[in-house]
Amino acid sequence: MRHTLRETWSGLRRNLAMTIAVVVTVGVSLTLFGAGLLTASEVNLVKGRWYDKIEISVFLCTEYSSGGNCEAGKGTTEAQRASIQQTLEANPEVEEVFYESKDAAFEEFQRVFADSPILPSRTAEQMQDSFRIKLVNPENYQGVVSEASGLQGVQNVQDLRGVLDPMFRGLSAVQWATIVMSAFLLLAAALQISNTIRIAAFTRRREIGIMRLVGASNLYIVLPFLLESLVAGLIGVLIAALALSVGYYFIVVQNAQTLITALPWIGWSDVLTAILIVAVVGIALAIIPTLFATRKYVQI
Amino acid sequence: MIKFEDVTKFYPGQETAALRNINLEIDKGEFVFLVGQSGSGKSTFLRLILREYRPTKGNLYVAGKNLATLNQWKVPQLRRQMGMVFQDFRLLPGKTVYENVAFALQVIGKPNKLIRRIVPETLELVGLAGKGDRLGEELSGGEQQRVAIARAFVNRPKILIADEPTGNLDPETSVGIMKLLDRINRTETTVIMATHDASIVDQMRRRVLELRNGELVRDQSKGIYGTA
Repeated sequence: MRHTLRETWSGLRRNLAMTIAVVVTVGVSLTLFGAGLLTASEVNLVKGRWYDKIEISVFLCTEYSSGGNCEAGKGTTEAQRASIQQTLEANPEVEEVFYESKDAAFEEFQRVFADSPILPSRTAEQMQDSFRIKLVNPENYQGVVSEASGLQGVQNVQDLRGVLDPMFRGLSAVQWATIVMSAFLLLAAALQISNTIRIAAFTRRREIGIMRLVGASNLYIVLPFLLESLVAGLIGVLIAALALSVGYYFIVVQNAQTLITALPWIGWSDVLTAILIVAVVGIALAIIPTLFATRKYVQI
Repeated sequence: MIKFEDVTKFYPGQETAALRNINLEIDKGEFVFLVGQSGSGKSTFLRLILREYRPTKGNLYVAGKNLATLNQWKVPQLRRQMGMVFQDFRLLPGKTVYENVAFALQVIGKPNKLIRRIVPETLELVGLAGKGDRLGEELSGGEQQRVAIARAFVNRPKILIADEPTGNLDPETSVGIMKLLDRINRTETTVIMATHDASIVDQMRRRVLELRNGELVRDQSKGIYGTA
């Protein structure tokens, strides 16, 4: 054991420059990888929260509206409205139907755009009566949308997913780009570790030759190299963990969380999960290339 | 101790066999010379016993194990029962005589207490008492080979394999090395020695195996170097 530790230490010292290079590459690539993971969990969190709240809005005809199933110059009649509500409530996908009158809609408009220059541009008469539909499962919205679109007196059916989906697609593209970039960096790190260990093994080839000859076990021969790359890998993991924690603290805890309260934000438990995954990847990153690099020295 | 049963060895991508249909048996405590020209298969013969290669065909029993089927991970255990000496000594640079010999025991996990007892004993046996603190490269060729023999013998192997151990030494020094190998052989250790040194073989009068183009052409007890 003492021999193993001494060999590990001397290997690390002998290849100090290479070891530092490995530590930096592993640290940076794991940080990027962890950042990708955190972005992904934030996107998922926001997605889940918003998709849960997504409602379908069914706008009814007014005297001014056109298109849809409206008769020109006529609003939706009481009878049509009642029939629309009945039909919607009968649909098994629908959990709840709220009615929002044009006056209520105007009030909401005034509240939301209180400080906006477009406030005076609308009157209560221009607003539309509408139904808000809450779905049993927000994923299955298409049936309800197409049914509502076909009803008499319905001017337009709006589904927020149509707006949100492109946004989430953009976000998930960013998240995948981060993860793919970090994958390339991780590959570079793996090759670097493999090279470093190859050189280290080459400088110790005489010792290894004698060890094999006198019957040292394969584990005994490989262990100093494994420990060497494991130390480098773990320091890299430590750097990544620190960078992720600090980054999370300053970006989310200090700023985003207080500035943008409308969005849910990932917590420390998500950061911990990301760090654990990063640690596992980091350890695998150290061990697997080392086993490959030393393979020819332990096979006979 | 060692038994070749119709052993043939082809190297990958080569048409002719390095060894062909070898059948022989070497008993415990025997001293065997392996002679033949360069390229006749001597090295392959030794490396098969060391299990550096597997036989392409046939069975090879060493210390009770069939090397043709021996599990990869059991090879280190097998090698602990053998010692190997080379023409070029292969001492570790920068290490003292003592450290070179102790290394062989350290790396197979022997306790320090045993090492401190057994290494000086072995150095005395090979005639290097008091030279444990010298660096390997400071010694003469003959002394370096004694260190190498000490390293090979320190774990008291059943078999000692020597590949031209006197190849780099002058005749007088070679005689000293042969006396040492003879002494080791008398401790019931099987010794197999590949050599080109005719005078040594002729003087010692031990069993001689001659290889030619991969075939065993002579197996003679109390033999001589040349084909008589």
